[in-house]
Amino acid sequence: MKVHEYQGKEVLARYGVAVPRGRLITTAEEARAAARELGGRVVVKAQIHAGGRGKGGGVKLAANPDEAVEAAQKILGMTLITKQTGPEGRLVRRVLIEEALPIDRELYLGVVLDRAAGYPVMMASQFGGMEIEEVAANNPAAILKAYFDPDIGLSAYQSRKLAFGLGLTGATFKAGTAFMHALARAYADTDASLYEINPLVTTTDGRVIALDAKASFDDSAMFRHADIAAMRDLDEEDPLEVEASKYDLNYIKLDGNIGCMVNGAGLAMATMDIIKHYGGMPANFLDVGGDASQERVAAAFRILLSDRSVRGVLINIFGGIVRCDMVARGVVAAAKEVKLSIPLVVRLEGTNVEEGRRVLATSGLALTVGDGMADAAEKVVNAVGRTS
Amino acid sequence: MSIWVNSETKVLVQGLTGKEGQFHAAKCREYGTQIVAGVTPGKAGVMVDGVPVFNTVDDAVAATGANASLIFVPPPAAADAILESADAGIEIVVCISEGIPARDMIRVQRILQGLPTRLIGPNCPGIITPGQCKLGIMPGHISIPGPIGVVSRSGTLTYEAIGQLTALGLGQSTCVGIGGDALPGTNFIDCLEAFEEDKDTEGIVMIGEIGGTAEEEAAEFVSQFVSKPVVAFIAGQTAPPGRRMGHAGAIISGGKGTAADKIAALNEAEIAVAPTPAEIGRTMQNLLESLNLS
Repeated sequence: MKVHEYQGKEVLARYGVAVPRGRLITTAEEARAAARELGGRVVVKAQIHAGGRGKGGGVKLAANPDEAVEAAQKILGMTLITKQTGPEGRLVRRVLIEEALPIDRELYLGVVLDRAAGYPVMMASQFGGMEIEEVAANNPAAILKAYFDPDIGLSAYQSRKLAFGLGLTGATFKAGTAFMHALARAYADTDASLYEINPLVTTTDGRVIALDAKASFDDSAMFRHADIAAMRDLDEEDPLEVEASKYDLNYIKLDGNIGCMVNGAGLAMATMDIIKHYGGMPANFLDVGGDASQERVAAAFRILLSDRSVRGVLINIFGGIVRCDMVARGVVAAAKEVKLSIPLVVRLEGTNVEEGRRVLATSGLALTVGDGMADAAEKVVNAVGRTS
Repeated sequence: MSIWVNSETKVLVQGLTGKEGQFHAAKCREYGTQIVAGVTPGKAGVMVDGVPVFNTVDDAVAATGANASLIFVPPPAAADAILESADAGIEIVVCISEGIPARDMIRVQRILQGLPTRLIGPNCPGIITPGQCKLGIMPGHISIPGPIGVVSRSGTLTYEAIGQLTALGLGQSTCVGIGGDALPGTNFIDCLEAFEEDKDTEGIVMIGEIGGTAEEEAAEFVSQFVSKPVVAFIAGQTAPPGRRMGHAGAIISGGKGTAADKIAALNEAEIAVAPTPAEIGRTMQNLLESLNLS
């Protein structure tokens, strides 16, 4: 689960991670009081769940409260387009006003789960402001790493190594190592999946501060973090995906025109792949779950069909323990319920498959039965037309 | 022969008194699996379909000699259930539960290091040795005994592959669903190593998906240590980056974990990659035929 920069900083501050003083505003006029309170010279930052905000015009420096209001007027309500938002951009509803800092150096610090190692890894680099992936590709030796057990935390020698490696000295060395320990503690205690401080800045007066903060959390652990779970911003998510999550459906919208409804995530991905293989483009990923009941299939149909680009639907269910005739009855009832009017190809496999196919064939619906995954994919692509 | 589970395996079910646990334990028993005990704290003395329930795994092991565990415990308590089985000396722990926090699994993995317990999963369909033992939620009827070992991160896509193999008359030695989480207890390499050592396994099917680098590491292992023919498929060739495709571990992040990278690594290791998910069985059949001819 992703959160906004201001929320990430709020969580980090609870653990003693140094963040700039700031105020969140939702109307431009509030910028004046906020800027005055923060010393006049401030940074005005759009709050959306996407990076690259600065280049897209979503971050502005204001020398005084008047300029802060002016900048907030420009940013609030704008549709911010960055390389991470896609061409449709994102509406800015909130702005963070922060004190402008006397920046000396810009560094990078992040914590992420290293799957191969089975532990979180803290990564540091002198190349603040650059994407860590870019640094990793071009100059991997420039990334310093420290693995730690979240139950134990970062050891003092580890933070010293990172701080020496970053070239920190004197007051910033002390502040930097304290920052790292606080960040590691925050990562473990909040069940984070990512904290990225880019840039981490040192100031001319010897402080070390998170100028930006990107945070995301482990969805599976939100049951024990009600405060963080409440930070979810549905405005930042695709409305169809939000609707799907209400029915426990796993739906992700894609750019194609063939709607897919599949039981199981791996098979759903494989179904998208085989549609592409036969020259079509999947409109979505959708895992309808193990039982594929009528209620869930009907909900899945409604979500699939509210995507206007969908021209045909492929249902691929490997019945497993669930009986195919039950699934078939659910699909037929759901298709009638939503008055399906575009081509539908259904592929069923598993227990009672013959009875399932008979239910489909005698349903009175204009659907096509696929014999295996390949046949079903080819049929739906033929019905909709090749796109690639 | 087979790997890890067979007709001798004696299974206790953690969470047997829950709806899911009871349903799947019954299906495993129908298949012929020896389900000898259930464990639900506070429910000792209860019988579920004739199977005695105990308060602790220790009690269940002492009374029944169980050496494997199948876990259907809600995710907040599932990591603890795994640790309880490991502490009781259980050899094979299969955890079906989906949605265990990554932090809990980091702890489980650290504690399991150096213990004789093998964890399969979590968030997996389980393991089946056809005709002998089904320890999981997969349909038993699609498998037949034979020479092909199957290892997969997926559930229904694994059934698809098993179904294709069976339809071609290629039975399976053991099929292992290692699960879709970022931190699986058993990985591809563990399975490849076991299949390589199993004298009745003649070929291996490996089904991966986007996210992480487990397939790349497996490819490297195959090129160095596996002499048996290997067929692979990678799901998610059309998946967009930065989005979690259902499974917790199925995400392309920071440009890493793409299907293209994985397929390149598999090709490099001279593993036969099935071009579509519909051709997994056929690719294995062709590979075995070409080896028999040469």
